[in-house]
Amino acid sequence: MSGKVTISLAVNGETIEALVAPRTTLADFLRQDIQLTGTHTGCEMGVCGACLVLLDDRPVHACLMFAVQADGCAVETVEGLTHRRAIDDLQKAFHERNALQCGFCTAGMLVSAYGVLASGDELDRDSIRDALSGNYCRCTGYESIVDAIETTARLRRQHMEKEEA
Amino acid sequence: MNAFAGSIDRPNSYIGRSVSRPNAKRLLEGRGRYVTDLVLPRMLHAAFVRSPYAHGKIVSIDIEEAKALSGVRAVFTGEDLASICAPWTGTLEHFTNMKSPPQVPLPLEKVMWSGQPVVLIIADSRAVAEDAAELVIVDIEELPALADPVDAMSAAAMSKELADNICFATKLDSGGVEEAFDAADTAVEQSFIFGRHTAVTLEPRAIVADYDPSENRLTAHHATQTPYQFQDVYSRHYGIPEANVRVIAPDIGGSFGMKLHVYHEEMAVVGASILLGRPIKYVADRMESFVSDIHARDHRVTGRLALDRDGRITAMDVDDVTAIGAFSSYPRTSAVEGNQVIRLMGAPYDFSSYRANLSVVFQNKVQTSQYRAVGHPIACAVTECLVDAAARELSLDPFEIRERNLIPDSSYPRTSPTGYQFEKLSHQVCLARLKSMMNYDALRVEQAGLREKGILRGIGIALFVEITNPSPAFYGVGGARISAQDGAILKLTPSGEVHCSISVTEQGQGTETIIGQIVADQLGIDREKVRVMTGDTDTTPHGGATWACRGAGIGGETALQAARKLKANLLAVAGLILQAQPGELDIRADWIVETVTGQQRISLAEVARVAFFRSDTLPPETQAQLSVVHHYAPQGYPFAFTNGAQSCLVEVDAETGFVKILKHWVVEDCGRIINPLLVDEQVRGGVVQGLGAAFFEECLYNEEGQLTNGSLADYLVPMACEMPDIEISHVETPTRDTELGAKGCGEAGTAAASAAAMNAVNDALVGHGAVLTQIPMTPTRILKALGTI
Repeated sequence: MSGKVTISLAVNGETIEALVAPRTTLADFLRQDIQLTGTHTGCEMGVCGACLVLLDDRPVHACLMFAVQADGCAVETVEGLTHRRAIDDLQKAFHERNALQCGFCTAGMLVSAYGVLASGDELDRDSIRDALSGNYCRCTGYESIVDAIETTARLRRQHMEKEEA
Repeated sequence: MNAFAGSIDRPNSYIGRSVSRPNAKRLLEGRGRYVTDLVLPRMLHAAFVRSPYAHGKIVSIDIEEAKALSGVRAVFTGEDLASICAPWTGTLEHFTNMKSPPQVPLPLEKVMWSGQPVVLIIADSRAVAEDAAELVIVDIEELPALADPVDAMSAAAMSKELADNICFATKLDSGGVEEAFDAADTAVEQSFIFGRHTAVTLEPRAIVADYDPSENRLTAHHATQTPYQFQDVYSRHYGIPEANVRVIAPDIGGSFGMKLHVYHEEMAVVGASILLGRPIKYVADRMESFVSDIHARDHRVTGRLALDRDGRITAMDVDDVTAIGAFSSYPRTSAVEGNQVIRLMGAPYDFSSYRANLSVVFQNKVQTSQYRAVGHPIACAVTECLVDAAARELSLDPFEIRERNLIPDSSYPRTSPTGYQFEKLSHQVCLARLKSMMNYDALRVEQAGLREKGILRGIGIALFVEITNPSPAFYGVGGARISAQDGAILKLTPSGEVHCSISVTEQGQGTETIIGQIVADQLGIDREKVRVMTGDTDTTPHGGATWACRGAGIGGETALQAARKLKANLLAVAGLILQAQPGELDIRADWIVETVTGQQRISLAEVARVAFFRSDTLPPETQAQLSVVHHYAPQGYPFAFTNGAQSCLVEVDAETGFVKILKHWVVEDCGRIINPLLVDEQVRGGVVQGLGAAFFEECLYNEEGQLTNGSLADYLVPMACEMPDIEISHVETPTRDTELGAKGCGEAGTAAASAAAMNAVNDALVGHGAVLTQIPMTPTRILKALGTI
């Protein structure tokens, strides 16, 4: 399509200047234009959660946004969260609990989990299940994912209590 | 056999141990490499124009405007591809008189289902290809659609190649059924409807086909669980020597059986790559997935049970009509599910008079075919719902009636009235374990107490038998070029590590992990020193890959035997270096040790160094064999059957029809467990797919054969907040057909979860005059059964 638009945004802490077609979604921009393929698309209509990324530190569906709408924003993907070691504990808990099989939903799950863990809310299994209501996983049956997030929440709480003590 | 007995205590004893998956770390960091992610130089993108009608005659196709669009590189229609692609027909010879019309990538004369791809656009980007697709004008003369399977049975044939719409029909009759029903003290009969649903893998189907005309070589990066099968298909149907076809299945975003069938789109994309000599990528979007991925189930079953006054089953009689779409799928066909439905009926129970009638029918919908637990959920639900109906009739507890009828654990081997040979099953142990783990008696007390307060809870039980480790009896005898054997190559590296390439494949279930465990265990080395590679026909031996629960049982045995072979070679070399008898040596913790004393003699790394770099120091004539190739094909029983028991606890809101699933329990026996963590997660994932079918998932069609809920916003899949915690327990009855003793576990969860859920809902509704015999059990259907609406 003609009429590409210049955008400037921070992706995983790096400034990116790019020319994008107005109709390019943020998900396609991340995956195709700048090759951050850790973010996936499963439905392209905001239902499955595979495309969740952080926009100014809040989880958003990258498939429901145009890249041009992210102009001037800070976007963070699973690659960025991994690089700055923001979810080491979460990834370790997922790994040990086998809270992933095919891995296609995993980036979205981690972004959702990052969001709910950062909220500071008291988490129990039901609230974790609620928080994952926008993340579809076909492989695991969810229980292991709930376990991994619950474990991470507990360990973070223990860590904070230790710090305070 | 079964000389193997894993001791969890010795060093490197990985068989039976819960260990995490080394390859999962990559996926957790967003470093997965799915076909969806792949970009190749000069790569083009594909999009399809699809039929809006379920049935129609193609009058004309105008592609001129589309071709003229900037960025469009080619537009192909039926003739273009049919001229280079041999048609395929989805039949198996051992299904007598089975028939199906021949298929080509894109239709030549008629469209047979709504969503069938008709025109292929190749462009610089997917977006441009989709723009061009909108410019194609396809004139189709709509024909009446056969949407209802029962109507289709008697309607005029919709394919000109066939005389009617029956793909396959068969009967089983062990004799004595009429007499048993005449003599029965009690007989129960129910009619069931099992809705169509579909796999909904989170990664849709994807392929990058890359044909190089200079070498007549095709490389297909294909999101599939069966790369060897596709190597064979692409080779034969496009006339390329098999050795020139390479299929690479990298990380796969879920498959569950769905990605092992031949699809028109993938065949068309391969053809387009051959015609253009450039790589072409096609990734189905979710709307395309719903109308073109195989669907599953779609059965209408009437079943009857005859019982004597003690509640013992004396006979079973079933009729199954299943609708499979316009074509039987290729190369596994769409008749396997129906065949398994009628052969698995009543499998856990001890009776001998059985009769079944199966009709596999064409209709104007997308194909149905093998999806996780093929046939099992239908056979299990019909059997277990009838058993519960009989229990209600006879006022017997669901556990009691099952205890009276189970095949005793002491009575194996057995042959079922449907011809299946059971080596050894453990129904009695599993049922007793289930009862205690769920604290059944307390649940019944709680249920009665809540019922007085108007809260309707239900407890459902279901027993199952699962087919695993299939021999050539599954496909090979029917003429399909689908291997029942697997192959492995084990290579010692000069540093004393081991590289294993094997023909079973990984879709996240942990195949590479368990193969690594087995190899490390058998060789006596640290599992971090074993690298397992799968999913590439150029670098792994030809094998069956992963389907029908064969990865652990057949692939695992292949790895075990290969590792023993390599170990013998390594001990022979070590014996020469140490001037010791190989029989006096062993490998433990990466060291060659004296078997009896355990004393370390020389490291494996040192043996490797000498063998690779200082062969001059070995005795003359020595040729150290530092790599081994080994193939293993299952022998003995045609299938390794497994069994288990499940229970579901639900709460039904009789006013709204909503069901809350409170808890689910599974006891299963998959023989030798290689990795309990992974087995449990296979079972959990399987259960949730079964609960999805029971409560949510259905491809809804209108009378014109149009799918009316083909998006993830409309088609309901189980989500985290609706699913219960699932408690699992294991019984281990290893098969004696192999050293490893492992059987499959991937379909166990799905096999019985819907049956347990149906029995739970019906248990909750006892006394309300409602019995649900159709899944999914939606709130509307529950309210209709209750007579509320």
